[in-house]
Amino acid sequence: MITFLIYLPFLLLFVVVAVYAERKISAFVQTRVGPIEVGPMGLFQTIADLLKMLQKEDIRPFAIDKFLFLVAPLIVFASIFTGFSVLPFTQGVAGSEITTGVFFLLGVISLDVLGILMAGWGSNNKFSVLGAMRAVAQIVSYEIPLGLSVLAVVMLCGTLDLQEISSYQGVANQTDSFFLGIPALDVGNIGGFLSWNIFQMPILVVAFVVFFISSLAEANRVPFDLPESESELIGGYHTEYSGFRWGLFMLSEYGMMLLVSFLAAILFFGSWQSPLPNIGFLELANWTNGPVWGVFWLFSKAMFFILLQMMVRWTYPRLRVDQLMTLSWKYLTPISILVLFIVGIWKLALI
Amino acid sequence: MKAYFQNIALAISTSLEGLKLTFKYLFEAREKRTPIGVEDENYFDQDKGIATLQYPFESLPVPDNARYKLHNEIDDCIVCDKCAKICPVNCIDIEPVRSAEVIGSTSDGTAKRLYAAKFDIDMAKCCFCGLCTTVCPTECLTMTKAYDFSEFDVKDHNYSFAEMSLVEIAQKQQEFNDFQAAKLAAAKPPKSDQPSGAEKPKVVKPKPQVKVKPAFKPKPMIRKKPTDDGDK
Repeated sequence: MITFLIYLPFLLLFVVVAVYAERKISAFVQTRVGPIEVGPMGLFQTIADLLKMLQKEDIRPFAIDKFLFLVAPLIVFASIFTGFSVLPFTQGVAGSEITTGVFFLLGVISLDVLGILMAGWGSNNKFSVLGAMRAVAQIVSYEIPLGLSVLAVVMLCGTLDLQEISSYQGVANQTDSFFLGIPALDVGNIGGFLSWNIFQMPILVVAFVVFFISSLAEANRVPFDLPESESELIGGYHTEYSGFRWGLFMLSEYGMMLLVSFLAAILFFGSWQSPLPNIGFLELANWTNGPVWGVFWLFSKAMFFILLQMMVRWTYPRLRVDQLMTLSWKYLTPISILVLFIVGIWKLALI
Repeated sequence: MKAYFQNIALAISTSLEGLKLTFKYLFEAREKRTPIGVEDENYFDQDKGIATLQYPFESLPVPDNARYKLHNEIDDCIVCDKCAKICPVNCIDIEPVRSAEVIGSTSDGTAKRLYAAKFDIDMAKCCFCGLCTTVCPTECLTMTKAYDFSEFDVKDHNYSFAEMSLVEIAQKQQEFNDFQAAKLAAAKPPKSDQPSGAEKPKVVKPKPQVKVKPAFKPKPMIRKKPTDDGDK
């Protein structure tokens, strides 16, 4: 219910704001000004674009496979939006509190490959098929380092439930938490950023980098936007789409961005826990934690990762297909296996 | 194996370097470059901030020697036709109406003896060479700094500088014709009818060309050009 009442409207709002932010950030990085005409500071530019997009004709090319073509955007969006259902919202409030939260999330968002392949194949277009094949190869490859880096966190916390992983990283924690994984430094009562997973187990920094890179690839973001690569594939798998169906692809792309940002915040950066620790009588962690604060912390952390994703997009050029595969199989996968191993040993040593 | 770890180190360091650069630009985008021309001494100091020039709202200063839209100060024009003659693309179209006596003087004191019935400059044809402004004896024809004069119709690029109405033109023409006729009548008795027609231009035409010398003396450097043109 939380998902429908909060995450769906938030996702729609986020897409409008994020497209604007993306334009502004790209403009500032390239010493331009970005949209300035529609509304104050160009704020309504995305809304104008949205209205334009909704009015467009729903073009269905003659030679398409009708069923696949029409169903594909729905599958892509549905699979990504289902991923939001297991996200915690704030302290004590979560969408669906299933014990296999992360597992379910990773499983269900990998279904969007199916939708992308359907879209590419159904379009009966060379560019679309090429894009779809690239997407499948890429997403399937990057699922492995992504899954392994998530698994490292799951091993540390000993649970798959995202809400439990969240509460593990702060003052509300029932078990002990150790700063930098050193038993002498018990930060169970101090909280703050000291008890975030990434500080409890410093090797998770590496896991986070692997997670961040793979999540970019999962979301088809630059520098891993080979499935879309508008400069070579004219949009890839959504070349033939227009109007609202294209909008659904757009929505799911930004939804994926948001989802992996939330996931990064939850898994590594303390979820809805405040970054401020208790220092003596200044009980900042206790004061700045709670259901209302939780929403603020979780969403601002996610927004920070969105900013990072956007900056990455406007910094790096697109990878070649072979470079993409090399990065995944030869670098990220071995590194994440190594991290998983180290986390396991460390965890054993702690107990 | 060594290359493998070197690759990782290189990837990390270069990626961080790239991110550092873009974040620097993002941070510097708080400022905006002021639109100053290249001749400003601070021009090369401006290497930060938003570079976009929002043209209709702001524009770079035009250099003093810029050659853009032509302007003719018709009050100072002596209708000598030099500009039209030198123009490589024939974009200046002048129709003079002769006058019997001096009709006024320009701001530099040159006597005016011709009315400009038509002084059209077709900026669509203009090649912006600036030759017309160098030959102009009274410096009434100048290139201004106005460069944004695009039109929807190419015909609108034909700028007319003459200020005379059709009635005025006809009137002045009539006055000159009357004067000429009177002169002919005066000249007739001693001479026969025949040469009068041939004499007409001879008598009048050389006069203004010889006499109309600009009071303004061009600098010695520039003086060469008119002589060159004269040779042609």
